[in-house]
Amino acid sequence: MELTTFWFAVIAFLWTGYFVLEGFDFGVGLLAPVLSRDEAERKQVLGTIGPVWDGNEVWLITAVGAMFAAFPAWYAGLLSEFYLPITLVLVGLIVRGVGLEWRGKVHHASDRVWCDLAVMVGSGLPAFLWGAVFADLLHNSAFAALVGGVFSLSVCVLHGAVFVALKTSGPVHARARRTAMATSALALPAAVVALSGIPSARTAVADWTASPWLWACALAAMAALAAGVALTWRGRDGWAFTATASSIALGAVALFGALWPAPLPGLTVADAASGPYTLGVLTWIGLIALPFVLGYQGWTYWVFRKRLVAEVS
Amino acid sequence: MDALDLARWQFGVTTVYHFLFVPLTIGLGVFVAGLQTAWHRTGKEHYLRLTKFFGKLFLINFAMGVVTGIVQEFQFGMNWSEYSVFVGDVFGAPLALEALLAFFLESTFLGLWIFGWDKLPKRIHLATIWAAVIGSNLSAYFILAANAWMKHPVGYEVVDGKARMTDLWAVLTNSTALAQVPHVVGAAFVVAGGFVLAVCGYRILQERRADPDRTRPMRRGATDMWRTPMRAALVMTAIAGAVVAGSGDMSAKLLHEQQPMKLAAAEGLRHDTAGAPFSPVPGVKVPMLLSFLATGDPQAVVHGTEDLQARFTQQFGPADYRPNLPVVFWSFRVMIVFGMSTVGLSVLGLWLTRRRRGKQAPPRETPSWLARVCVLALPLPTVAMISGWLLSEIGRQPWTVQGELLTAASVSPGVSLGEVAVSLAVFTALYGALALAEAVLLVRHVKAGPEPVPARRPETPSSSGGRDGGSAEDATARLQPTLMY
Ligand code: HDD
Ligand code: HEM
Ligand code: HEM
Repeated sequence: MELTTFWFAVIAFLWTGYFVLEGFDFGVGLLAPVLSRDEAERKQVLGTIGPVWDGNEVWLITAVGAMFAAFPAWYAGLLSEFYLPITLVLVGLIVRGVGLEWRGKVHHASDRVWCDLAVMVGSGLPAFLWGAVFADLLHNSAFAALVGGVFSLSVCVLHGAVFVALKTSGPVHARARRTAMATSALALPAAVVALSGIPSARTAVADWTASPWLWACALAAMAALAAGVALTWRGRDGWAFTATASSIALGAVALFGALWPAPLPGLTVADAASGPYTLGVLTWIGLIALPFVLGYQGWTYWVFRKRLVAEVS
Repeated sequence: MDALDLARWQFGVTTVYHFLFVPLTIGLGVFVAGLQTAWHRTGKEHYLRLTKFFGKLFLINFAMGVVTGIVQEFQFGMNWSEYSVFVGDVFGAPLALEALLAFFLESTFLGLWIFGWDKLPKRIHLATIWAAVIGSNLSAYFILAANAWMKHPVGYEVVDGKARMTDLWAVLTNSTALAQVPHVVGAAFVVAGGFVLAVCGYRILQERRADPDRTRPMRRGATDMWRTPMRAALVMTAIAGAVVAGSGDMSAKLLHEQQPMKLAAAEGLRHDTAGAPFSPVPGVKVPMLLSFLATGDPQAVVHGTEDLQARFTQQFGPADYRPNLPVVFWSFRVMIVFGMSTVGLSVLGLWLTRRRRGKQAPPRETPSWLARVCVLALPLPTVAMISGWLLSEIGRQPWTVQGELLTAASVSPGVSLGEVAVSLAVFTALYGALALAEAVLLVRHVKAGPEPVPARRPETPSSSGGRDGGSAEDATARLQPTLMY
C-alpha cells in the first residue's frame, strides 16, 4: 500500500477509535442527570467513565496531530474552514473536562451543580457538532448538518446509555436500559437518514453499485444499531454495547471511505500529503508505539471491568 | 486591527494561559510521585497524607492543563493555516509523536492512578504515577523540540514553498532544543517548587496562628508535618535553578549565532559593538558583560538591531525585522530577576532550616518570616516563566519560522476578523472564569489541609523510627485506604 493511503487509513482508524470511545463518554455526560436520582448514583454513573475519558480524548488529539503531520493541508483546511463550530467543540471539551475533574473536589453541593451542567453542555456540544461538521463537509448544506448533528448526538446518547447499562447494577442499570430504548426512537430514524447520506454524497442513490462498499458499511451500521437496541431489550448488555460500538465504527469507516480520495472539496490526499520521508519515519514509530498504547488502554478497561454500585456514604 | 493582530493576540493569550498550568503538571507531578515513593518505602502515614494532599492540588491543576492544551493543538490549523501547511511536514511530526508517545501515557496512567488506589497492588499503583509523570516530561520535550525548530530550523529543505523534513533526528537533537528543554523543564521545577513552598509557608503560618502557644510537641506537632515537603521543595528549586541558569547561558550563546536580532533586542543594543556592555536597568552599563555572556569572549562583537535591520533588508527584502524592543528588553530582565530570586530564596531557606548538629537535637524551626516570604515563591517564578516566553516568542517576530516564514504570511487567509474576534472573546472570557474558579478551589483545599487517612481497618501502628517490619508492610499493602477522590 502506498504511504499516503496507509496514513489516510491510520487517521480514519484514530477518528473511528475516538468516535467509539468518546461516543459513550459524551452519552454518559449527557445522561448523568437523567439516570441518577441522588449524589451516590451520580457518582456511580460518572464513575463509569471517570478513569478512561481523558485517555479516550487523546484519540482525538492523536488523530488531529497525525493529520497535521501527515496531511498538513487537510488539517489546516478542515480547522480553518469550520472555524466557529470547532471553537464551540473546544469550548465543550474544555468545560466538560474541567467539570469531570473538579466535581469530586468542590466543597459545596451548589458548586457540583455547576460541574454537572458543564459536563452536560460540554458533552452535548461536541457530540452534536462533530456530526454536523462532517455532514456539512459531505453535503455542504445546513440541513444535512442539522441531520448529521442530531444523528451523532442521539447515537452518542444511545451508546452512552448502553455503556452505563453494561457498567452498573441496581436502579441505575434499569434506568439506563429504559433510556436506551427510548432514545432509539430518535436515533434509529436519524441513523437511517444520516448514514444513507454518506454514500449518496458521492453518487446518486439510484446508482448504488458505484459505491457498493460504502453502502455495505452504511447499511451494516444501521443494522448494528438496530441490533444494539434489540439486544438491550433482551438484557444482553455486553452484546448490545458491542453492537452500538460496531455501528459507530462502521459509520466512521463509511464516512472516511466517502472522504477518500478528496477529504476536502478540491483537495486530494496526494496533494495534502507530507513528504515520503516524514510519512516513512512516522510509520515506523507508529507501528512500534501503537501496540503499547492499545495494550495499556485495554488494560485500564480490564482493571475497571467490574460493574459499579452506588456507594452509600 | 486586522485578523492577523487578533490571531496573534489569541495565540499569545491562550498559550500563556496553557503555560500557567503546564509547569505545575511537570514539576508537581514528580513531587507527588516522590512523596508516594517515600510512603511506599517507609510506610509512614504522613507521607500518604501529603501524597494525597498535593495529589489533589496537582489534579485540580492538571485538568486545566489538559483542556487548554487541546485548544493549542487545534489553533495552528484554525488561525495559522498557511503556517500549518508550510511547516506541517516538519512541525507536525513531533506534535504527533507527542500525542502518541506522551499524552496517551500521561492521561491513561493518571486515570489509573486516580481511580486505582484500592484496585491495584500498591507497587503497581506507584508505578502508574511515575508513568504519568514520565509522559508529562516527554511531552515537554517533543513540543519544545517543535518550538525550537521555529527559532532555528534544521533537518529540512524547502520544496514547492513547503518545508520538507529530511532528518527527524536533526530536528529532535536541534542545538536550540537541547538548550531549551532543560531551560524550560528546569524552570517548570522552579515554578512547582515555588508552589510547594508557598503552600507549606501558608500552612505553617495558619497552623501557628491556630496554635500560638505551641502546645503540641515539636516532633509530632502540626507544623512539623510541613518540614519534609518544604525541605524537599527547597532542594528541588535550588537544583532546578542551577539547571535553568546553566541552560539559560547556553541559550544566550545560541541566540548570538542563531537569532542575533533577539539578543540585540534583549539588550537594546542598536549597533554592532565589540566588548558590548550589559545593562541590568537602562542607564547602568556593566562593560563587556553582554559580549562575555553571548560568546564567552569579553571582546567579541555583538550585533545591534539597526545594523541587523540593514543586513536583513538586503537579504530578505524591505520590511521591519525588529521585534517590539521594550517588551523584549524588559521581559529578559524580569525573567532573570524574578526567576533567580526564587532560586536565591530556596538556597537561603535550605540554610535556615538545616539540621542541627547531633542526632537527638530537634530540627530548626522554620522562622515565621521565612514562611511568609515563601508565599511569594508562588507568583515570582510564574511571572519569570511568562516573561521568558514573551522574550522567546515576541523576540522572534516578525518571523514565525526564523528566516523562512513571516508571521504575516502564516495566518489563515479564509478566516475573517469577526470569526477570530468571536473565538478570542470566547476563550478569554471562559479562561478568565476558569482561572478564578481554579484559584478559589486551590485556596480552599490548601486551607482545609490534608485530610486524615481513613483506614479501612485499624492499621498496625507503625513503629516510629526505622522501617516497618516486612509483615506490617504486607498487612497494609492490600488494605489501601479508600480515597476521597
Ligand atoms: C514545556 C511544556 C509544554 C509546552 C511548551 C506546551 N505544552 Fe501542552 N501540555 C504539556 C506540556 C507543554 C503537558 C505538561 O504535558 C500538559 C499540561 C497538563 C497536561 O495534562 O499535559 C499539556 C497538555 C496538552 C494537551 C492535552 C493533553 C491531554 O489531553 O492529555 C495538548 C493537546 C497540548 N498540551 C498541546 C500543546 C501544543 C499544541 C502546544 C504548543 C503551542 C503546547 N501544548 C505547549
Ligand atoms: C512550545 C510550543 C510553542 C509553539 C509551537 C509556539 C508557536 C507560536 C506560534 C505559531 C505563534 C503565532 C505566530 C506568531 O505570532 O509568531 C506564537 C506566538 C506567540 N507565542 Fe508561542 N509557541 C509555543 C509556546 C509558547 C508559550 C509556552 C508561550 C507563553 C507562555 C508563548 C507565547 C506566545 C506569544 C505571547 C505569542 C504572540 C507573539 C506575537 O505575535 O507577538 N508561546 N507562538
Ligand atoms: C528561574 C528563572 C528563569 C525562568 C523561569 C526562565 C524561563 C524561560 C522561558 C520559559 C523561556 C522561553 C523558552 C525558551 O526560549 O527557551 C526562556 C528563554 C530564555 N532564557 Fe530564561 N528563564 C530563567 C532564567 C534565565 C537565566 C538566568 C538566563 C540567562 C543566564 C536565561 C536566559 C534565557 C534566554 C537567552 C532565553 C531565550 C531563548 C530563545 O528564545 O531561544 N533565563 N526563559
